[in-house]
Amino acid sequence: MAEPQAAPVLQMAGIVKEFPGVRALSGVDFRLFPGEIHALLGENGAGKSTLIKVLTGVHSLDAGTVTLEGAAVRIASPSDAQQAGISTVYQEVNLCPNLSVAENIFIGREPRRAGRIQWKQLRAEAAELVTRLGLDLDVAAPVGSYPLAVQQLVAIVRAVSVGGTKVLILDEPTSSLDRDEVQELFRLMLRLKAEGVAILFVSHFLDQIYEVCDRMTVLRNGALVGEHLTSELDQVGLVKLMIGKDLDVLEELEEHHLRPAVGEPLLAAAGLGRAGGIAPFDLEIHTGEVVGLAGLLGSGRTELARLLFGADHADSGKITIAGTTSALREPNDAIGRGVAYCSENRKTEGLVPDLTVRENIILALQAARGWTRPVPVAQRDELVAKYIQALDIRPANPEAKVSALSGGNQQKVLLARWLITQPKLLILDEPTRGIDIGAKAEIQKLVVSLSEEGMSVVYVSAELEEVLRLSHTIGVLRDRRLVARITNGPEITAGRILETIASGAHDVQDTQDSSVRSAEPSGEH
Amino acid sequence: MTTTSTPTPSAPTTLWRKATAHQLFWPVAVLVALLLVNVPFTPGFFAIHLQDGHLYGSLVSIVLFGSPLILVALGMTLVIATGGIDLSVGAVVAISGALACLVVSKQADQGSVSGVLLGFALALAVSLVLGAWNGLLVARLGIQPIIATLILMVAGRGVAQLITDGQIITVNSSAYALIGGGYWLTLPFSIFVVTAVVALTMVLTRRTALGLLVEAVGGNAEASRLVGIRSRRIKIMVYMFCGLCAGIAGLMISSNVSAADGNNAGLWIELDAILAVVIGGTSLTGGRFHLGGTIIGALIIQTLTTTIYTIGVPTQTNLVFKAAVVIIVCLLQSPAFRAKVFRSGARKPSPVPAAPAPQIEVSQ
Repeated sequence: MAEPQAAPVLQMAGIVKEFPGVRALSGVDFRLFPGEIHALLGENGAGKSTLIKVLTGVHSLDAGTVTLEGAAVRIASPSDAQQAGISTVYQEVNLCPNLSVAENIFIGREPRRAGRIQWKQLRAEAAELVTRLGLDLDVAAPVGSYPLAVQQLVAIVRAVSVGGTKVLILDEPTSSLDRDEVQELFRLMLRLKAEGVAILFVSHFLDQIYEVCDRMTVLRNGALVGEHLTSELDQVGLVKLMIGKDLDVLEELEEHHLRPAVGEPLLAAAGLGRAGGIAPFDLEIHTGEVVGLAGLLGSGRTELARLLFGADHADSGKITIAGTTSALREPNDAIGRGVAYCSENRKTEGLVPDLTVRENIILALQAARGWTRPVPVAQRDELVAKYIQALDIRPANPEAKVSALSGGNQQKVLLARWLITQPKLLILDEPTRGIDIGAKAEIQKLVVSLSEEGMSVVYVSAELEEVLRLSHTIGVLRDRRLVARITNGPEITAGRILETIASGAHDVQDTQDSSVRSAEPSGEH
Repeated sequence: MTTTSTPTPSAPTTLWRKATAHQLFWPVAVLVALLLVNVPFTPGFFAIHLQDGHLYGSLVSIVLFGSPLILVALGMTLVIATGGIDLSVGAVVAISGALACLVVSKQADQGSVSGVLLGFALALAVSLVLGAWNGLLVARLGIQPIIATLILMVAGRGVAQLITDGQIITVNSSAYALIGGGYWLTLPFSIFVVTAVVALTMVLTRRTALGLLVEAVGGNAEASRLVGIRSRRIKIMVYMFCGLCAGIAGLMISSNVSAADGNNAGLWIELDAILAVVIGGTSLTGGRFHLGGTIIGALIIQTLTTTIYTIGVPTQTNLVFKAAVVIIVCLLQSPAFRAKVFRSGARKPSPVPAAPAPQIEVSQ
């Protein structure tokens, strides 16, 4: 794609935004042309979110100008942004699940006559809009009855249904979607692009960016690194721009899985299962072994992990940890036997947002000691400082509110929380989802070194490459069943795993596919 | 992220900013303002004088009459911090006072210390049991706190009536009168009780890990469960503590008038207590709690009551006056409101960006 002829619809120049003690954006320029999909890239903390929040009126800017269609504008609030034609869809879907698709699309803007909502007109308009955008939805059905991916599409439809949307911002819309769902999203994006909407797309998945984006802007440390056409910059070059250094860290991990798993059996699950969650499975984990769990979203990866931790009740089978067999009624029982679990939902199941980094880090250790035996202050501060340094948590301020940290750093706080308790088995559910490539590499490296020190790890990830790179053994899940256990080796490739996921090693009926997909919202959320 | 050292503003500005940013600044400011309002009406408002070896004065009275509220609000703070609420404290106040009075009134010698202590012990034990009941309903059965405690709020008044047999039990016991109306070392005895309970609560929450665990449970219940916190136990404990605090308050209230009135003792105190907690800066959604703020909040409410009397607000309208002050306090506490009012003029609502006249964004 050559330089567009048209003038940019949006131009931001010299944007500066400071928070106390931190310069989040220092003189960033950014432009967006009509009818293009533009990726905004950078590590966590590079300033992507801040730039978006400035553009959408969540943050006020300290200096710089925003020009929309040639005229300077002031965007002081999200409603200003909406009126100016800038719509945003965030990572977390903000819809009312109990209301219908049509109601959600027009919420607050229902067509009225004499104060009364014109329901027929509302549905007709919603249906027309949905059809125009090439979606097949029943607009009268409650949003909650659709899978998360479809809800995301509804959120986008709502965003563009505001008359005169010129700029659509999609902030990590794909992070919880599977491959097919991402394709559906892309179809919608391309259709909107054809209608002349400028789309700002934020994603951590580089493949997706190369698939759908025309142009990209890279930020690093709050400054503009460059704007490039996607066709003119390859992935390696892009990553170099993003992290400012080469990718050696990732490459040196490549050979890890060739090391044979040695060690005694630590955990054995026999016929462990939970109706509606995961079919009974057998699994053995040895000390120092990394067991990767691969499968599509909703395949039962998370459910399996939660059973090993006692986060959910198993209704069949038994679990043996370090020689003793007894049911896990509560996470407590598992924690007492050296099992730790980092949930895939950092915000809802991991962090206590009100509390500081220090308090969040110390929480698991303190819970294990009980309320009567507080961790001595000196020991606590020493431990916290040690892990902040070891995991390179930024800002390295134990007093900072954990909710102010970027995603990658929040994940590290959760890791620190469990590492402090020195578990025997660490269960990581999607530890690298939604975090940047630098932090990702660090976490992967950490997993390798922990395993070398004798800690067992269960590693759940949607990214096959990641599972392949780290695991000694790979458990493949499909349709809420553990269908295969593969010993990792040089001959195992992502393609092979995909085949197993696609075909299923056991007697899995293919017709189950759709029913499992639609069961996702209740199962995963 | 690039970290730059922010330019240091001049010292007074920083101090002012630091002071206003402090959690307790606005509640304390309101308390001081309320106290000052009294001065024109009661010239000797701040005067404290010694008479018969007892200290008298408006300030002493405020603390004395505010003591039960401080206690109830203290327990309420911890309950609210876990994301709950306890509506039954008023009923517990009534039950506790009624039981203690009943025990004392049955003694042959009403003045006997052992009889009074027996009454106290029984009343507080029952208060603990009532708190545990609330805790079990909330933590074990998973009933929403507002509903779970509503049960005892309504039923508890009936229980108190049963205990007093529908009458007002009066006692004539100097030992009993000490806790809510007596003096010790020139000061009202209840001040010592409150100080002791406050100190105990602070030690219990901040010297042990109880405070952290309570805040974790209130801040994110599911995360707390997954991190291994026995949140049920914690919740039952705070409801028991809240019951205990209400029980002590009940003793004070009944002792102050040497009578137990099952109908009116502690009536609506739950609402004042919740208000005190909120004024003190603890969010009703749970999480972070501020014991100091709660105490200030309770004192504000008591001062307000005193002020209503001293400045002569007609009795019919005193609730309106109270409401107005509460609204002001709550607005002052809201950062969004302060930003709007104190920085008005500097920022005008932005025009619709599609307006033809281009304007330039000015840096702040």
